[in-house]
Amino acid sequence: MAKSVLKKPIPPTSSDPRVPVTLTINGETVTREASPRMLLSDFIRHELGLTGTHVGCEHGVCGCCTVTIDGRAGRSCLAFAVQADGAVIRTIEGVAGEDGTLHPIQQAMMECHALQCGYCTPGFVMSMLSYLDETPQPDLSDKAIREMLSGNLCRCTGYSNIVKAFRRGVELMNATAD
Amino acid sequence: MSTRQFGEPVQRNADPGLLKGEGAFIDDISLPGALHAAFVRSQHARAKIRSIDISAAEAMPDVVAVYTADNIGALDVELPMLIPHPCITSGGKTQRPLARDDVFYAGQCIAMIVAVDRYAAEDACSLIEVDYEPLPVELDLEKAIADGAPPVHDDIPNNIAAHFVQESGDADAAFAAAEHTTTVRVRLERSTAAPMECRAVAARWDGVSGELTVWDSTQATISVRGGLASLFDIDEDRIRVIAPNVGGGFGQKIMMFHPDEILVPFAAMQLDRPVKYIEDRVENFIGASQERAQIHEIALAAKKDGTVLGLRDSFIHDTGAFIPYGIAIAQVASTSIAGPYRIPDIWVEMTLVYTPCVQVTPYRGCGRPQACFAIERALDRLADELGIDRTEIRRRNFIGPGEFPYKRDGLLFADGLAVNYDSGEYEKALDLITGTVDLAGFRKEQEAARVEGRYLGFGIGFYVEGTGLGPYEGGHVKVHPITGKVYVTTGLTSQGQGHETVFAQIAADQVGCDVKDVIFVEGDTQAHEWGVATFASRAAVVSGNAIHKAAVKARARIIAAAANMLETDEDSIELRDGRAWIVDGNRSVSLAEIATASNPLRYAFNEASQTATQFAPASTHDGPPLAEGQAPGIEETDYFSPSHATWAYGVHAAIVEFFPDICSMEIRRYLCIHDCGNMINPMIVEGQVMGGIGQGIGGAFYERCAFDDKGTPLAANFMDFLMPYATEVPDAEILHMETPSPLNPLGIKGVGEAGTIPVSQVIASAMEDALAPLGIGPVRESPMSPDMIHGLLSEARSRR
Repeated sequence: MAKSVLKKPIPPTSSDPRVPVTLTINGETVTREASPRMLLSDFIRHELGLTGTHVGCEHGVCGCCTVTIDGRAGRSCLAFAVQADGAVIRTIEGVAGEDGTLHPIQQAMMECHALQCGYCTPGFVMSMLSYLDETPQPDLSDKAIREMLSGNLCRCTGYSNIVKAFRRGVELMNATAD
Repeated sequence: MSTRQFGEPVQRNADPGLLKGEGAFIDDISLPGALHAAFVRSQHARAKIRSIDISAAEAMPDVVAVYTADNIGALDVELPMLIPHPCITSGGKTQRPLARDDVFYAGQCIAMIVAVDRYAAEDACSLIEVDYEPLPVELDLEKAIADGAPPVHDDIPNNIAAHFVQESGDADAAFAAAEHTTTVRVRLERSTAAPMECRAVAARWDGVSGELTVWDSTQATISVRGGLASLFDIDEDRIRVIAPNVGGGFGQKIMMFHPDEILVPFAAMQLDRPVKYIEDRVENFIGASQERAQIHEIALAAKKDGTVLGLRDSFIHDTGAFIPYGIAIAQVASTSIAGPYRIPDIWVEMTLVYTPCVQVTPYRGCGRPQACFAIERALDRLADELGIDRTEIRRRNFIGPGEFPYKRDGLLFADGLAVNYDSGEYEKALDLITGTVDLAGFRKEQEAARVEGRYLGFGIGFYVEGTGLGPYEGGHVKVHPITGKVYVTTGLTSQGQGHETVFAQIAADQVGCDVKDVIFVEGDTQAHEWGVATFASRAAVVSGNAIHKAAVKARARIIAAAANMLETDEDSIELRDGRAWIVDGNRSVSLAEIATASNPLRYAFNEASQTATQFAPASTHDGPPLAEGQAPGIEETDYFSPSHATWAYGVHAAIVEFFPDICSMEIRRYLCIHDCGNMINPMIVEGQVMGGIGQGIGGAFYERCAFDDKGTPLAANFMDFLMPYATEVPDAEILHMETPSPLNPLGIKGVGEAGTIPVSQVIASAMEDALAPLGIGPVRESPMSPDMIHGLLSEARSRR
């Protein structure tokens, strides 16, 4: 197919103004430039290359993009990157051990077949971890677990195995702690 | 002997990577220098386009190209009619990649902007001025086929996209002989698959080699490659289509071509830069295929004892503005209509209607949930009218285990072949579910609850599912000579079904290796270029058996080579732990050594390969190093082409407590008996079934793609289209039966869609049972929203 004659050179980035954003992500402090309107999810994924955080709706309903921001679960699609300047962020890439050993919650997700396509999975894991950070003695009843997970949509599993995985993950964490 | 992996709940090979965020979904793939596409979409359901002004968008510094129907060259054509059928009016309407002169639904693509990033591309979209002349529309399916209704397409009278009748036996005679007839009218609403990852396409053109690489979240890479080769006039070997990790498909991603699937590769070639298009959620709601809307009028001819003699069903199917997938959904509905019941005389009429809405192509279930709702609602009604228990009437009509194969001559399924149930134990499944739920005990509890003013109900729904249809798939099995790992490919794609694990189990059983030592590749036309796609619950059946056949042949090759190397006879070899062993001995050779030794070498590159050079003692024999007719290495390919679809089935039941004050219910128990023949991996089967139930719950209560009377979508985000969270989906008790299919070597049937099929029926049935004391009218619609329930209760109150 014939290549068209380009009417103008293609700029490397958009003409949006760019401002530096410094944040600590998975223990590492980084500074990158970002457009003031760039979503935090896009910044994490495309500027920092941490693509485990997924984007499922861009309106804060599905929870795929959940990360922890200063220790609390947050929707990275509902925040601008510039708002996270100075923040401490944890993404799914910062969950497993440095040698690749799965975190007990991740291990439990695998054991319980709590993921199928895996797109929503990082968001679920981050929601669970954030909840466990805030709630050292979690209520492991079905009702409580389902309530806790009710900020994340999954279209594949029907949730039952995710509920089981959370319970199993807590069990594994307690066993590790002993 | 090595442990058989088939049938074991083996954990998934794909999980560790996905759990660590290492998946490679399309937007996770970094393409340096990539440009980004966004679309201008129609604001109107049906309109003439008077003019399109792209000048302001083109002038934006960050915009690289603006495409409309005027500058896409040979692509400005109607897209392929994928599944033609003679009953389709005028051959069928398909959409153009970008609208020319007319738009046919709100959301239709009019222009594509390519810019340096998505933000800039969307800015530019807002600068494109489209001058529309809106035209009248009719959204109501029954009014749309009336004389004088505004047409979606000017040359299609009464908006009838297709009309088709299928008959098996003599329904007229059955109705003439009937002692009792009942007629029921049911309606299901439009819904959508809503995979968590929206659709996505990226493309890279290599002008030096003339190769086009397309990453497409499609379920059908090989077909997409064929289509691109045809549309672009490029040889197939120059096009590689890859479906990497894909975040759910549920049928929506079997549809090709959504406009972006050809426009993105086109732009990549034109601009000589990688181009990405990542559909956003709103676009998925307004521009990606939907399904489900049907209205059935079903009549049953019965004897007083509940035996159903005949069935007539006339249904209207909403196909949206276009019909690229032909009559497939309606055809599946029409052929599933008699469920697991003997019903010898069937007449089914389908009328497919164009509506000014996004096109309808299969969504998990594909016509089966509609057919199930129709027949099962009708059967419940018949039971009530005849004073027979709802479970008992089913029992009286089941096809018995001795009656298989049970053929319905004249009813052609989606594979073009007559419906022919291959095996099943329907009554046993019913007994299992009523026994597990303790139906007799429940009736007492229900009675006691009613005294207290509480409303408990029991609902049940049976379904059959034609699965595993042709035409064929292939399996390729190779042992890597260096690592000894077993490399398996097929022509499918995965959207999370665990193919990499179940197909590894099948191969590992033959080759005698660990499941984790199987490398499985699909979704890449360069890895495997013969086959069809993942749809219609066919992957495990068709590719599974193809891989099994190839692996059986590879096993024979391995054993023959090992016997030679170990200087024993073939019967004395057993394969386990990635090695070939002499039975009852301790001598063995590894798969790597076997694969290496089976490949005559000139150059030794490691220790093992020294044994395979033509100077090694093992190679000293008469004749050429590679005997005539022999292929190097351990590598086999085979294909499986099923004689016809294999029919899975199941029964679901629920016990609910209904709260009339809030028009809502709690599902106290949800049970599922499911039979997909021999299970490769029960853990994955259960996951598929439970996931299907979750989607079915969404369909039964919440999910509706609503439109206003102008055809504007009213549910284009997750706040208006309500998908269930963990708080809405009950845990289901899933029990398995395994009646092998006689149609394939592994005895398996498909499972992908099963869970979704009967859920609306189960809930409707339970609701009627619970609210019987309040005298509610029959439940005839799904979803059963609080609004709808409120209507039923109000109507009952006004009658009292």
